[in-house]
Amino acid sequence: MAAIETEDLSKDFLVGFWRPRPYRALDRLTLSVDEGEVFGFLGPNGAGKSTTLKVLMQLLYPTSGAARILGRPVGDLSVKQRVGFLPENPYFYDHLTAEELLRYFGRLFGLRGTDLTTRVARVLDDVGIGAERRLRLRQYSKGMVQRVGLAQALLNEPDVVFLDEPMSGLDPLGRRHVRQLMLRLRDRGCTVFFSSHILSDAESLCSRVAILAQGRLVASGRLSDILAFELRGWELVVANLTDETRRSLAARVRSMTALAHGRYTIEVPPEQAPDEILHELRRGGAQVVSLNPLRETLEDYFVQSVGAAATRQTGL
Amino acid sequence: MRIITVIAGAAFKESVRDRVPYSMVAFATLLIAASYLISQLTAGQDMKIIKDLGLAAISWFGLLIAVFIGIGLVSKEVERRSVFAVLSKPISRGQFVLGKYFGLVMTLVVNLAVMTLAFYAVLFYLDVTTNAYAKTAWPAPAMDPRLGLAVILTVAELMIVTAIALFFSTFSSPLLSALLTFGLWVTGHFNADLRNFEAVLDVRPLVWLARALYYVLPNLAPFNVRAEVVHGVDVSLSHVMLTLAYAAVYIAILLAGAIAIFRRRDFK
Repeated sequence: MAAIETEDLSKDFLVGFWRPRPYRALDRLTLSVDEGEVFGFLGPNGAGKSTTLKVLMQLLYPTSGAARILGRPVGDLSVKQRVGFLPENPYFYDHLTAEELLRYFGRLFGLRGTDLTTRVARVLDDVGIGAERRLRLRQYSKGMVQRVGLAQALLNEPDVVFLDEPMSGLDPLGRRHVRQLMLRLRDRGCTVFFSSHILSDAESLCSRVAILAQGRLVASGRLSDILAFELRGWELVVANLTDETRRSLAARVRSMTALAHGRYTIEVPPEQAPDEILHELRRGGAQVVSLNPLRETLEDYFVQSVGAAATRQTGL
Repeated sequence: MRIITVIAGAAFKESVRDRVPYSMVAFATLLIAASYLISQLTAGQDMKIIKDLGLAAISWFGLLIAVFIGIGLVSKEVERRSVFAVLSKPISRGQFVLGKYFGLVMTLVVNLAVMTLAFYAVLFYLDVTTNAYAKTAWPAPAMDPRLGLAVILTVAELMIVTAIALFFSTFSSPLLSALLTFGLWVTGHFNADLRNFEAVLDVRPLVWLARALYYVLPNLAPFNVRAEVVHGVDVSLSHVMLTLAYAAVYIAILLAGAIAIFRRRDFK
């Protein structure tokens, strides 16, 4: 059974005050997410990612189409019992402490007594909120509120978790922490559906992704199917590059960009053997700092897909 | 029911941590205490003035608490987007609205109880410091239990006002909700005039409109028994029971309307 399914899901908003007209934020989205997978929902700002998540959480009603979670219609209370949700840029009652907020949400899930106390303590530990859990949320930084948001989404040990931009506002350590958390959720069989525009996160976490642009699904599938992974060239970082060596290499490389401290990045096309270039660099007295193969990234694919969708839309 | 209780508890906690009700209760208590000083200037009328001012202060400050917290109950949640996380939990939108309402009613009851205690404390002081001869001029005893009846009817009136504020806050801005709620509170106290509109102007369509408005708008005048209580006039049990029943029906209709609107709302 699919954990999440949408069928021709559309959402129109009325815009304009005097003569309201419909604006299509989501256009016939059909998706299926399997149980236990980490699914990346990608797209530029305004693509319709948050709209989709809100429809799945029944915070918005679809104009047409249908959506199901764990085989039941969205909004079904028995489904909500098994689902966790982190909204984008979450806001919580700032007169409460993190502990009080989670105790409140826990009671809404029917938790009580020692079960509630231990569950609250565990999820706060999981997201890295320490002694600050007894401070009121108005004293929290944006990153800490985001962590509390994650904690409340995991409080009921959900089977499906929806995370809207989970890395937003987090420092590099926090992002790493959340990545590990998502992998742990996957390992225990939880379906993770997360929206993001940070593609490196999606690349390192997801088994499948969907790319949305202007409310439409422009691509979806396994990363291994979407990305060709073929070699697109080589990237060299070198130091002590003389003008004479630069001139002699110019015709055989794709680009040469100056970095700080006299270093250069050199992009070599795939048909050019890197050994030859390395040999010439050493002969000219240059020092090779690094050499890496260039392969198609999710970012390249994203830019192509979103760019093509924009072209179709404008007709240019 | 359990979910509604949990949400009501959280709404009550929120208002307890908000300083606004505290300052209102403190101000009302000061006003009740000050009524004692004012009464010293009016020989023979002291008890009536204290009771009048005390009951009015309880009613007015209760009204401010009901309106200013009531209008933000739902709209603030939507505006700040805290509603996203709450509604993703296994609760219905109806439970959310009812929980919020009963949370504010709890706040009102606690605040009014504090003001009533302060009121009775002033009355008790006056009772023990006044000689028996001066007491014979009082229309009713200082610690008259009928005062409690006036407070109960005030609570019922404020429960209607809270339901009105909540109803408006499910679809309009806090400022508009406040204006509409205050407007309805004022018209609610002059509602009886609409029933006898033909005595003023006998134009059939206008009379029908006035009659329709009379039935739709809240009729709050029966909740004000302050004048009777202060003058020691009995308030009939049937009046109290009918007024409370009217409040229950009117509140139920308002809450049903608020839930129906809130259920259909999109949260962008």
